[in-house]
Amino acid sequence: MAGPVERDRAALSPNALPRWLVPAIAALPIVVLGGLYFWPLATLLTRVVRPSSLGDALGIPGLANVLWFTLWQALVSTILTLAIGFIPAYVLARYRFVGRRALLAIVTVPFMLPTVVVGAAFLALLPTEWHGTARAVILAHVFFNIAVVVRLVGAMWAVLPTDLTAAARTLGASPAQVLRHVVLPLLRPSLWAAATVVFLFTFTSFGAVRLLGGSGNPTLEVEIVRRATQLGDVDGAAVLSLLQLLALAAVVWWSTRSRRRGTHALSGSSHWRVARSRRERSAVLATAAAIAIVMSLPLAVMASRSFRLGDQWTLTAWRKLGNAEVRPGVSLGVDPIASLLTSLRFAAVAAIMSVVVGGLAALAIAAARRRGALLDVGLMLPLGTSAVTVGLGLLITFDTAPLDWRSRWWLVPLGHALVAIPFVVRAVLPVLRAIPSDQRSAAATLGASPTRAWLAIDLQRVLRPLVAASGLAAAISLGEFGATTLLTRAGNETMPIAIARLLGRTGELPRAQAFALATMLMVVTAVIIVGVIGAAEREGVFDARSR
Amino acid sequence: MLAVADITVRFGDRAVLDRVSLELARGEVVALVGPSGVGKSTLLRVIAGLLQPDAGSIVLNGRDITALPTHERNIGLMFQNEQLFPHLSVADNVAFGLRMQRQARAAIASRVDELLQLVGLEGFGDRDTGRLSGGESKRIALARALAPKPAVLLLDEPLTGLDRELHDRLASDLSDVLRSTGTTALLVTHDAAEASAIADQTVTMGST
Repeated sequence: MAGPVERDRAALSPNALPRWLVPAIAALPIVVLGGLYFWPLATLLTRVVRPSSLGDALGIPGLANVLWFTLWQALVSTILTLAIGFIPAYVLARYRFVGRRALLAIVTVPFMLPTVVVGAAFLALLPTEWHGTARAVILAHVFFNIAVVVRLVGAMWAVLPTDLTAAARTLGASPAQVLRHVVLPLLRPSLWAAATVVFLFTFTSFGAVRLLGGSGNPTLEVEIVRRATQLGDVDGAAVLSLLQLLALAAVVWWSTRSRRRGTHALSGSSHWRVARSRRERSAVLATAAAIAIVMSLPLAVMASRSFRLGDQWTLTAWRKLGNAEVRPGVSLGVDPIASLLTSLRFAAVAAIMSVVVGGLAALAIAAARRRGALLDVGLMLPLGTSAVTVGLGLLITFDTAPLDWRSRWWLVPLGHALVAIPFVVRAVLPVLRAIPSDQRSAAATLGASPTRAWLAIDLQRVLRPLVAASGLAAAISLGEFGATTLLTRAGNETMPIAIARLLGRTGELPRAQAFALATMLMVVTAVIIVGVIGAAEREGVFDARSR
Repeated sequence: MLAVADITVRFGDRAVLDRVSLELARGEVVALVGPSGVGKSTLLRVIAGLLQPDAGSIVLNGRDITALPTHERNIGLMFQNEQLFPHLSVADNVAFGLRMQRQARAAIASRVDELLQLVGLEGFGDRDTGRLSGGESKRIALARALAPKPAVLLLDEPLTGLDRELHDRLASDLSDVLRSTGTTALLVTHDAAEASAIADQTVTMGST
């Protein structure tokens, strides 16, 4: 690695990129980040520091209940996800079997599905008595986040040498003792990482809680939206989002601190176990089949319920999707087909915005080398901010002339883009950083100016991951629910909003229509994910999730 | 003491081991020599119980242990690349087998000291396994395998990957340690000189 001295020398060399280049490409990302993230965040903060609002908010009746529910459901969801996710993580990390890749997809796709789809699926799956309970919320959270355990813990498990556990066995350790004394201690860093990620996601969970938790089980995120939209208490909502932001920061800080202790680098290639005996082989296949069934059941039940009204199989719900009127003269208030078109339009706009801003940011960060770190961190911050907070910030910042944008349609895809930009940067940056500097040197010796070399190499390399990233951004936009709930305007409902509205109605038809619409959204998102995931995985993107 | 009879292992259609038989007397050190790929390591794994044979039996002190799980066999194995536990200190690595036997803390501590002394690494107990040299790692792996007093110690290419001088010194130390502890051992190696330096008897495995 080049030290600081060499880097400074590189900057002074006549082969360095022209001084204006980095500022020029960094300008747009900086303006977008500053204007649409930091400014709204500062606005939120000024709303909070007014002593009256702080006092009012802390006196919110039931605040203690909200905090307590947010915390305990997140803890229970995290523990259950780790315990249950262990099984698919082990099977997928250790064994090679027919259908392994398919199982990996079945287990990981739910993580990237819109929360509204998962919420709707559990409404379809669970008995009515379970609707509006904490149990339902927790089950959906586990289903959602198993992918995190499979990915993070599985990655470490795959490189844990099988001979290391064999060594413990020859020293007299029973399988349970091997797990306790060798496997768990060595997997600990990945267990911590997975626990942190799952906790953060379930702590800020919105869609699943909104649909499944009922009125009795609000998380902070749900309460923020209720305050802002139903009670008109924007100050209270602002205080709660700041509270949540602080809690998230504390968790991240504590987790990085405790993770640093006792990490043992395991590296190298995967250690596969070959199931030799017929019994082991059938055990592996049976477990794999059980996992596949459990993981696809909620979505399959939801899809089938869209074809049922009363006791009959029927296409009615699907046929009537285009009709805003339930009965002549009685309007549904939301047009499902229009919401599909709105969602697709927003997804396209959000994908373009985030790819342009995120792509430029990645290029700037890579070209600026060390000085790019600030922009890098700044662009990751929206990732640690809940989507509802992002939406709330936009809502209260751009509400007065000349910046009264509340009624502009593009504010919604803008919010989506803000959520998606960090993922785009994460998708592109590793590719840029992996380009050997000798590639540019080679271009220079062939007569390319520094700028030409940069255009010919960096810019070219960025195109492929950007295609993957645009799919990712589109998927995020299609499923985004938190920010959208706050920013959406009548007549511009996206699919998740329409699904949530339909589910909120009484009657069988709206419910079946919600399931039909959710099935459509699931298929569209799954196609994008599966189409993009292969490319994206090779570019090192995974931690993508629409909230 | 250890009787291996007609062991057969097939991977798919290929027979890696085809009716292999072998006997070891108490206190005897036997070397198994042969070119790589002939199934020497596979045989050790079968004896240790890490791999189930397709046919054949393993009898230890008159008891058929073919179906017994590894941890109940009391057969030690020194792995080719040591496989020291990276999350444990040197002393905790050596103590691992004793802890599995739930021995008293004081007894474990004195046994660990005794073994570290035996392999010539007194005072290494608190070290991190990642900081050991190649030769030191081998010595600790030997101490760890000997600590629970296995009925038979299996050694899989124990001295591979060391430079000549270190290799020769360790070979003679290993021979001394096995004799002084009266350990019954089966050593696998591709090096005939190493085999004769350490073992009482050499058995050659040819390709089948």
